[in-house]
Formats: sequence, C-alpha cells, structure tokens
Amino acid sequence: MDKTTRTLLALLLGGIALAPAWAAAPDGKQIATQGLGGAPCLACHGDRGQGSDAAGFPRLAGMDAGYLASQLHAFKDGTRQNPVMAPQVQGLDDAAIAAVAAYYAGLPVPEPTPGPGNSDLLEQGRILATRGRWADDIPACEQCHGPGGRGIPPHFPALAAQHAGYLESQIRAWQQGQRHNDPNGLMAAVAERLGEDDIKAVAAWFASQAATPAPAKP
Amino acid sequence: MKHHIPLNALPRSGFTTRARRTTLALTGVPVLIALALSAAGPGQAAQADKRVDYQAELPKAPPAGGSGYFTPPPHGAYPDGPFGAAVKRGEALFTDTQHAAAAFVGNGLNCSNCHIDAGRHPNSAPLWAAWVSYPAYRKKNDHVNSMEERLRGCFTYSMNAQASPTGHAPEPGDPLLTDLQAYMYWLAKGAPTGEKMPGRGYPKLAAPPQPYSPERGAKVYAANCAICHGDDGQGTKLADGSYAFPPLWGQDSFNWGAGMHRVNTAAGFIKANMPLGKPDSLSLQDAWDVAAFINHQERPGDPRNQGDLAATDAKFHKHQCYYGEASDHGQILGADSAH
Repeated sequence: MDKTTRTLLALLLGGIALAPAWAAAPDGKQIATQGLGGAPCLACHGDRGQGSDAAGFPRLAGMDAGYLASQLHAFKDGTRQNPVMAPQVQGLDDAAIAAVAAYYAGLPVPEPTPGPGNSDLLEQGRILATRGRWADDIPACEQCHGPGGRGIPPHFPALAAQHAGYLESQIRAWQQGQRHNDPNGLMAAVAERLGEDDIKAVAAWFASQAATPAPAKP
Repeated sequence: MKHHIPLNALPRSGFTTRARRTTLALTGVPVLIALALSAAGPGQAAQADKRVDYQAELPKAPPAGGSGYFTPPPHGAYPDGPFGAAVKRGEALFTDTQHAAAAFVGNGLNCSNCHIDAGRHPNSAPLWAAWVSYPAYRKKNDHVNSMEERLRGCFTYSMNAQASPTGHAPEPGDPLLTDLQAYMYWLAKGAPTGEKMPGRGYPKLAAPPQPYSPERGAKVYAANCAICHGDDGQGTKLADGSYAFPPLWGQDSFNWGAGMHRVNTAAGFIKANMPLGKPDSLSLQDAWDVAAFINHQERPGDPRNQGDLAATDAKFHKHQCYYGEASDHGQILGADSAH
C-alpha cells in the first residue's frame, strides 16, 4: 500500500468514524419543529415559542437555556409531573435537551400580554411581586425571580411576559405536590402561603411585564 | 481599664473556638448593630473576663405580646409634602443603597439585605425598634450615640465605606442621613420610645448542642445557601453587574467591624430569616454551623485596625468571631485586608 493509498484510506475511515457523530449532533430547531420520539414542540408552544395563554402552554422563547433544560430533565425524571410533557421528553437524551433548550433560548421574546382592566388586581400583584407579604413570610417574587421578574439564571426562571394562566397553574401545581423540582423547596414553601386571589393577581402582573428592562431614563 | 462596664454576660460557655470569649446575648447587625445598648443596662458583672466588649449585644428581646409584633404604617402610605418626600428618599436609600448612596458604599450590599422587608420585619433588626432605642450608650465606641452617628457606623462597617468612592461614611449633617432617619421615624409611628420592643434585633439563639463548626457548616451552606449566594459565597450577579443575591464574604461583603461577622449574630439572623421564605427551617445546630462557616472566611478589614491586628483583635473582638484566627488556607483572618 503506497503512501497515497494509506492517506486516502485513513481519510475515508476517519470520515466514516466521524460521520455518525455529525449525524447525531442534535438540531434544536429540528426537534422543535419535528419532534424526536414525541410531538413537535411547536404543536403546543407555537411556531415562535410564544405558547398559548388560552391553552395554558408557556412561552419558551427567550427563556434561559439552563432553566429550560432542567425542566425537560425534570419531566423525564418525574420531579415535575405533567401528563402532556412526560411522553414528549422520553426520546430526548442530554444532548437533545441541551439543543432544543438552546434553540428556544435564542428566540425573541414576544410582547407581554396587556394587563386586565382590573387595576386593583394588578396593584395587588405588583405589591406581592415587588414587596411580598412578610407578615405571612412571603418574600417579594422579585427577590428570587429578579427585577421585573426577568429571571436569575439558571435556577430562577423569568416570569415576565409569561402567560398568566400558565403561571397560575404552576403555583397550584406546587400547592398540590405535582412539582417538586424547585431548588431547596423554595417555591413550594412560598406557594403554600398564597391564596387564590394572590395567585391570580401576581400572575396577571407578571404576564403584563416586559421581558427586557425598560430603557434607562436619561 | 478606664471604663469598667458591667457586662450583661452569660456564663462562659466554652463552645467557641476562642475559649476566652464570653457568650453574650445577641445583637449586632450588619447595618444597625447593637441597637439600644442603653437597654443592656447594668447586668451581672462578668466574673470571668472584665474586658469591655466593644461590640456588646442587645439583651434578648421580649416575646411578642398578645397582639403580636408592632405594625408600622402600610407600604406606600407616605405622608404628604416635603417630609413624605424625605421618607421616600430614605426608603430608596435603604433598599437600593448600592445606587442611592453609592458614594459611601464600598461593597455589594444594600441595607435591606439584612433588614428584611425594607426594615419592617420583626427579628430582622427592624427599624421601628431601633428608632425608639436612640440616643443610646454604646460600648462599641464608649459614648452616647445619636441615631445619626449610629447610621454612620452602619456605613463604616456593614457597608465598608473605606472602599467607597469617598472613602468614608457620610459626614454628620449629610441630607442622606436625615432622609434615612425620616424613614425610620415614619416606620416607628406609635412605637413606644425607650421600650425593648418584641422582634427587635435578631433573635438570641440557645447555644448549639455541639460546639459550632465551620467544617459542618460548609455542608449546610452547600445544601441550603449556595443556590443563591454562590458556591464561593460571592453572591449572584445580574447581567448588568448588580447583585441579585448578596455576597456573604470577600471584598464585596461586610467588613470585620460589622455586627454580622459575629457568629452568634449571623446565626440568629439565619435561623429566623434564611433561606428566604423558609424561616426557622434550619436546625439550631445547622444555623450556628453555617454562621461559623460564613464568618470563617476573609472579608474587608476592620477599619479600626491601625496596623496592629493583634491589638485590634484584643480590643475590639472579644466575642464569638474568627478575627485574628487562621483561615482554612492558613492565613490570619483580617490580615489580608488590614490597613
């Protein structure tokens, strides 16, 4: 075998060896649009990752990739119980989860939903969000979810510009024990002290907040 | 000894790493330390150790009465006019100290980091209980302090003013100090002057079942605190560089003169208030251990150190702390950042 042949053979074999790795590199967008062993994400979360308030599907666009990945793992391991999501994630390995999380994290965040006409409700929500209610040992939501509820990656997700119906459903999921994937049980401890009025108020307020900070005043 | 101050001291406990230290009741706060020392009053003279504790603590707060804790005016119910404007400015200084008082802040903290709910929360050194306790004699500086001087001390120690743009606390008469006092006065509306109010300072904890241990505390920290304060205690920053969760040690935290560097003070704060939303969730032992771990780390120097750490230690650190002791890395704590 001459040198040229050996080189060609090496290239060929090398190419064969590498090809499966290329083929296996998961494509986040492809998973989002076609699914991977489950339904395509966009079927519920929308073509721009915007979700649906009416149906209770959260926006994924612009959420922190680390947070999204941790939730997909939680659906897989059952620490976040959800009958819709559980079957969708079983075909996703770590690399696929990372890829699809990164895809959604990179999408632009849709405009927030305008607040309801009920200004009292929004004001109650604003107070809980920004000050909490310490007489009941409820910290301000912002203390962990960041100013304006824009999130503190990777453990504390953005609440701003998230759908109110989804936010409400998740607080109730903590109250009812369907979610226990929060770090140190921090959210469960707070959720159990929130009443129905509080839940509606704080969800409405965060849904109406922009996901990016307002420009600084001159 | 020029001033022989009777100490309101408990019997020597021997559970600190510094056996010569006396176990004292709790106080000291990162920002409002040892409020109402006048209330410390003449207690039993400490037989074992007659040296003055320059950072003596508040006696134990009485329990909340039938009506519970004092309730300050509702959030946002500010008075009208120029006084109301001062109250609002004071609140902003207190909750956004990083920006509102940037000239005098040499670390990454806000007053409200350790005075929860903007200084309203009982057992988190509430401002309403502090306001009615001054003027007060303080062993820390051995004279009667006005509230203004007390607040300057907050900047000097808890806010580490020595590393601030101006390099010092606000001068007496600075409008910033007036605004902070307006906020305190407003919060204390109806509070009884001179009374030891339930919920003031931080709760005094019973001694831990075992001597507190930074080694055990490291595990408590990793399990309960690191998610917000970071694996390395340096807090969590937002994209704009501001702190979302405050640093607990290192150059952006409170200095060696702040009340919170005392293990007992930090333990009381932690037990009553940490993690946020889960008050009183740590065991007594865990609270002491994690306080020891946090305070067995390097932090900005004690501004009172004139170049002799041993003398500073001997004069100002006669309490449960690690100033002047060896760190895990073999360095003398307090030495790296000494003047």
